[in-house]
Amino acid sequence: MTRLEFAGPGLSSDQWERINDLAVSLQPAQALWLSGYFAGVGSAARGSGGFDQVAVLDRAAPEQPLAPAAETRSLTILYGTETGNSRGLANTLAAAAKQQGIVTAVSDMADYKTRKLKDEQDLLVITSTHGEGDPPQSAVAFFEFLEGRKAPKLPDLRFAVLALGDSTYEKYCEGGKRIDRRLEELGATRLEPRVDCDVDFEEAAPAWIQSVVARLAPKQSEPVRTTPASRAAVSASATTAAFDKQNPFPATVIDNIVLSGRGSSKETRHVEFSLEGSGLRYEPGDALGVVPRNDPAVVDAVLDSLKLAADAPVVVKQKPSTLGEALSSAFEVSAVTPRFIDHWAELSGAAALAALRGPERAEARAAFMRAHHVVDIIRRFPVTGLDAAALLRGLRPLQPRLYSISSSLAAVPDEAHLTVGTVRYDLDGQPRAGVASSFLAERAAPDAVVPVYIQSNPHFRLPPDDAAILMIGAGTGVAPYRAFMQEREARGATGRSWLVFGERNFRSDFLYQTEWQGLLKDKVLTRMDVAFSRDRTPKAYVQDRLRQNARDVYAWLEEGAHIYVCGDAARLAPDVDAALRDIIAAESGRDAVAAAEYLAALQRDHRYQRDVY
Amino acid sequence: MTNTTTLDRSRDLSQPLDKLGPDETLKANSRQLRGTINDSLFDPITGAVTASDTKLMKFHGIYQQDDRDIRDERRRQKLEAAFSFMARVRLPGGVLSASQWLKLDALARDYAGETLRLTTRQTFQFHRVLKTDLRALMQGLRDVLLDTRAACGDDTRGVMASINPHLSKVHAEVYALAKQASDHAIPKTGAYDEIWYQQEAGEIKEPEEPFYGRTYMPRKFKIGFVIPPSNDIDVYAQDLGFIAIVARGKLKGFNVAIGGGMGRTDQAPETYPRLADVIGFIPVAQLIATIDAVMSVQRDYGDRVNRLHARFKYTIDDKGLDWIKAEIERRLGQPFAAARPFELTSNGDPLGWVEGDDGRHHYTMFIENGRVINTEQLRLMDGLRAIAQVHKGTFRVTPNQSLTIAEIAPQDRLAIAKLLDDYGLAGLNVGSALRLNSMACVALPTCGLAMAESERYLPALLSKIEPILDTHGLREEPITIRMTGCPNGCARPYIAEIALTGRAPGKYNLYFGGGFHGQRLNKMYLENVGEPAILDALEKVLGHYARARRPGEHFGDFAIRAGYVAAVAEGRHFND
Repeated sequence: MTRLEFAGPGLSSDQWERINDLAVSLQPAQALWLSGYFAGVGSAARGSGGFDQVAVLDRAAPEQPLAPAAETRSLTILYGTETGNSRGLANTLAAAAKQQGIVTAVSDMADYKTRKLKDEQDLLVITSTHGEGDPPQSAVAFFEFLEGRKAPKLPDLRFAVLALGDSTYEKYCEGGKRIDRRLEELGATRLEPRVDCDVDFEEAAPAWIQSVVARLAPKQSEPVRTTPASRAAVSASATTAAFDKQNPFPATVIDNIVLSGRGSSKETRHVEFSLEGSGLRYEPGDALGVVPRNDPAVVDAVLDSLKLAADAPVVVKQKPSTLGEALSSAFEVSAVTPRFIDHWAELSGAAALAALRGPERAEARAAFMRAHHVVDIIRRFPVTGLDAAALLRGLRPLQPRLYSISSSLAAVPDEAHLTVGTVRYDLDGQPRAGVASSFLAERAAPDAVVPVYIQSNPHFRLPPDDAAILMIGAGTGVAPYRAFMQEREARGATGRSWLVFGERNFRSDFLYQTEWQGLLKDKVLTRMDVAFSRDRTPKAYVQDRLRQNARDVYAWLEEGAHIYVCGDAARLAPDVDAALRDIIAAESGRDAVAAAEYLAALQRDHRYQRDVY
Repeated sequence: MTNTTTLDRSRDLSQPLDKLGPDETLKANSRQLRGTINDSLFDPITGAVTASDTKLMKFHGIYQQDDRDIRDERRRQKLEAAFSFMARVRLPGGVLSASQWLKLDALARDYAGETLRLTTRQTFQFHRVLKTDLRALMQGLRDVLLDTRAACGDDTRGVMASINPHLSKVHAEVYALAKQASDHAIPKTGAYDEIWYQQEAGEIKEPEEPFYGRTYMPRKFKIGFVIPPSNDIDVYAQDLGFIAIVARGKLKGFNVAIGGGMGRTDQAPETYPRLADVIGFIPVAQLIATIDAVMSVQRDYGDRVNRLHARFKYTIDDKGLDWIKAEIERRLGQPFAAARPFELTSNGDPLGWVEGDDGRHHYTMFIENGRVINTEQLRLMDGLRAIAQVHKGTFRVTPNQSLTIAEIAPQDRLAIAKLLDDYGLAGLNVGSALRLNSMACVALPTCGLAMAESERYLPALLSKIEPILDTHGLREEPITIRMTGCPNGCARPYIAEIALTGRAPGKYNLYFGGGFHGQRLNKMYLENVGEPAILDALEKVLGHYARARRPGEHFGDFAIRAGYVAAVAEGRHFND
C-alpha cells in the first residue's frame, strides 16, 4: 500500500501517522482483511455507544481538514438553559443522532467557544427564553456574539432551532426566534422549520428531534426506525435518577412553618420534605420542582361558572380522567395565557376579547392578562353549553414550580428544605394566591405528600472549599445560601464567607435569623450585613450595603471571592450588578467599560453566578 | 459595739475581685459602665445587646426585655426573641412640668408602643423600645432636661418624695432636696453622655467616680422622703428614708430610717423583706453628708459575694443595727440627735381635688396599675396630653402609680375639670376602696423576672373580689392590696394588707396582715395557690372581718388579731 495524501475524517495527526506507517507495510490481502475488521469494530462500537469517543476526538481536533462528503458532516448541538429543560432535550437529541451514526458534540451556550462557530457544519439549537424575550442568563454572552457585528457569515452552515417558552409571557419563545432569525441572516440554511414549545414541551419536542435526526441521517442509512430503544432515548431525561420531572417522587412533608414573625407584611414559609427512599440527590444551589394542585375553591368556581360537573369524563395525556381532577392537577386555572384569550374569544364571540388579538395589541393584552384570571374571563364572557374537552383545549398544562433548595444533604441527609414566599394579592376585589406557594401554605401540612423532583442548577455552585464566597440575596433569595452554609459547615470548608441579606423589617422578616447568628458565632459565616427597607432606620437595600462596604467588597473580589446573587430578577439583580460595577470602578480606578469587563470576566470564570427569578 | 477585729470582711469591698461575685469583676472592668455598649448598639444582626452589656445598661436606666408571650413562637420561627428595652426615667419626687409631659407623651407615641407606664417609684417607664431607637429616645429626654441615669443598677435609684398636696410649701422644699439628693448620688461617669448623646469622650478626670469607685454599690440603693402624715412612699421600704419633721409649717429636718427593702427569693429563707429602722434626727443642712455616710457604709460593708444577700438590710442585720449606726455617726463626725415624734396614717393617695396651703388646687386621679394608654373605652393618653397642653402647673406621679395634676391656679380649675370630664377621666376615681388602694407591677409579658401575670390580671381579679366586698358591706373600706409577678417586690407587696406574689402561671402566694400605713410586714397565709383558693380565702377572712372587726380596725390588724397570720415584728422572722 502507498502512503495516502490526506488524513481520513476524524483522525488525529498522530493516528494518521500510525495508519500511514501501517499502510506502507501491508500486503493487499492484509489490507482487505483489516478493512473488514474495522467495519465490524465500527458497527459494534455504535451499538455500545462507543461512538462517543470518536465524536469527542472529532471535537478535540477541529483544525483538521474535514472531508466534504455529506455523511461525514459534523453536528453540534447547542443549548441555552435556565432550568435544565434545554439541556435534557439536547442530550436526548444527541443520543438519537449518535444512534444514526452522526458525529455529535453537545455544548452549553455558556461554555461554547464562539470562535468555532464559523467552522460548524450542522448546528441544532435548543434554547429557552428568560423573562420578557431575553435569553437564559447563562447564554447572554452567546446571544450578544451571535447578534453582534462580530458574528461571522455562515453560508455553509445548516441549522434548526427548537424554542422553549411559556405562552403566559407576551414574548413567547423569543430566545429561539432570535437565534432562528439571526442564523438565517448570517446566510445559514434552515434544515427544518423552527418549532416553538410551550411549557408542555414533552409533546412537541420529541417530534422535532425525530424529524431533524431523520434529515441529518446519512443518505445510505435506512430511514429512522422507531425502535423501542430510540423511543426510550427520545423520552428519557438526562437525569439518571428514577424520579424526575415526568415521574416525580411523592415526598412527605416533615415540617411547614412560617418564618416571618407577627406583624410581617408578607408570609415566608420553611417547608421540609423527606426524600427518604427516593434515591434523589442534589447539590447546594439546585432547585426542587414541586408539582402543585390547584386551589379547590378556584376549581369549583370554574366548574360552577360553566355549570360543568366535576365528574365529567375527560381524557388527559391519553388517559381517562374527570374534569374536576384535570382542573385540579393537570391544567392552570388561574393565570391567563394569550392562547386562552384566543380560545375564549372564539368560544364566546366576545368582541372585547377578539380585540385583544394580534401583535399590535400586545400591550393591552398583557394588561388584560394581569387583571384577569381564567375564572374572571369565564364569568365576564359567558359561554353556554360548553363541553369539558372544549374548556381544556384552551388551558395550559399545569407546570411544576421550582424553588431553590435551602438545605444541604451533608447536613440533613434525605431531606430537602424550601424557603417559600406565599404569593397573595387582591384582584378585582377578590383574594388570589400563587398556585404553588398557596398550595404549600395551605395544603402541605406535615405528613401531606407532594410530588417533587430535583432540578439541577450547574450555574449556581459552591467553589472549592478554600475559596471565599460573597452571597447576596433578598427575601427568599437567601435560600441557597442556607444550603451553602450547611454544606460548608459539614465539610469544614476553610474559605471565608460573607452574606448580605435584605428584607423589609428586621423584627419580622429576618429569615433564619437565629441560624445565621449561630453560624457567625461558630465562625462558619465570616461576616453578615443586613438591609431592611421598611424599618424606621433609613431604608436600605442590599446594594446600599455593598456600596457602603465597597473597599471590602473589592478586596474580596481581588482575593478571588466568588459572588452569588439570588432573588428578584427585575430589581435586585440589575441593582446589584450596577453596584458591583460602580464598586469595581471606584476601588480600582477603572473606567465604566473596564469595570464592566472586569465583572464580565468574573462571569466567564464562573465567579459571578446568579439565580434570579 | 462590735469589735472591729472580729468584724467579718470576707464578703465586702476589701476583698480582691476574684473572691467576690462575677458582677463585681464585670463592673470593675467596664471602664466605668462603658463596656461594649456602643458595639452592641451597632450590631445589626441582633436586636439584643451582649449579656454583659445588659447588666451595664441597667446603670443607664435601661433593661433589656423581650415579649415573653411570643418567645417560643419566635424560637420555632428561627427568629430571635422579640427583644426590646425598658427605659426608666430619673424623675426625683415624681414631679414634672407640662412641657416635659408632652415630650414623654410624644416619645412614647414614637418609640414605645404608644403607652407610658407610671411606676411605684414615681417615674415613667417606656416599654418596647427597639435597640435602634434607644438613642433617639434618650436624646429626646435630654431635650426636656430629663435622663435615665441610675434608674436601675447597683447605684442610687430614683429618689422618691411624698406628693403631699396639702402642705404645698413643705412639698416644694422637700422636692427640691430630693432632686438635690438624686443629682448628688448618681454615678458621675461620662459613659452616659458618650453612649447616648454620642459626645466625644473628653479627657477623663481621675477618679471618674470619686464616690462609687470601679465597682459601684453591692446592690441597688433606694432613697425616699416622706411628709407625714402620709406614708405614700412607704418610707419603711427604703434603704434610706427621710421622714420630714415639720413644725408650724416649717421643715425642721428629718428623722433618718435605714434598712428597708422588699426583695426576697422563694425557697431562700436567708432572704426576706425588711422594714427600715428609725435611727435618729438630722437637720436639713446635714442631708447630703448623711446620704454619703450611709451609702458609704453599705458600699464598704455590703455583701459582694451573694447578690441575693447584698441589700443594705442584710448588712444591717449581719453587722447589727447598733454597729451600723455607730459607723454612720463615725463617718458623719457626730452622733444623730434623737428621733422626733411623727405620725403616719396611710400609704394611699389623696384622690380627687385638694386645695393646698398655698391656695392652689391639685387633682389626683387613680390610674389602674399606672398604665397610661388609649383604649376604645378610655382615651387616657389623649386626655392627659390635652390637659398638659393647657396646664400651667406640674404633674406628680404618686408612689401608688397614680397621677396628680398639681399646682392649678384657682381660676384654671374649671378648665382642667372640663377636660377631665370631656375625656371621661373624672370617673377614674370610682370603684371599691380596695381597687383604689391596689397596685400591681408590670410583669408579663415584658419583665424577665415575672413568673405569673400581674398588671394584666389584677383588674380582673378585683372584679371578682368586689362582689365579696359587696356581700359583706366592705366596698367603701380602704384595704391595701398589691400584686407582683415575682417575689422581688416592685409593688411593695410585703407591706400590703393583702398581697399576692407570683410563683408560676396562675399561682400565687397569698399574704395577710400588712400595716395599713406601711408600718408592718405581712405574712404568708397560703402558698402557691390559684384563683379559686384565693377567692375562697378572701371570702372567709373578709367575711369574718366584716362581722367581727372593732371600730376603726384595719383589715391587716384584724387578720393578726383573729389569728389568720402571726404578726411579723422584724424582717428576719418573715419566713418563720
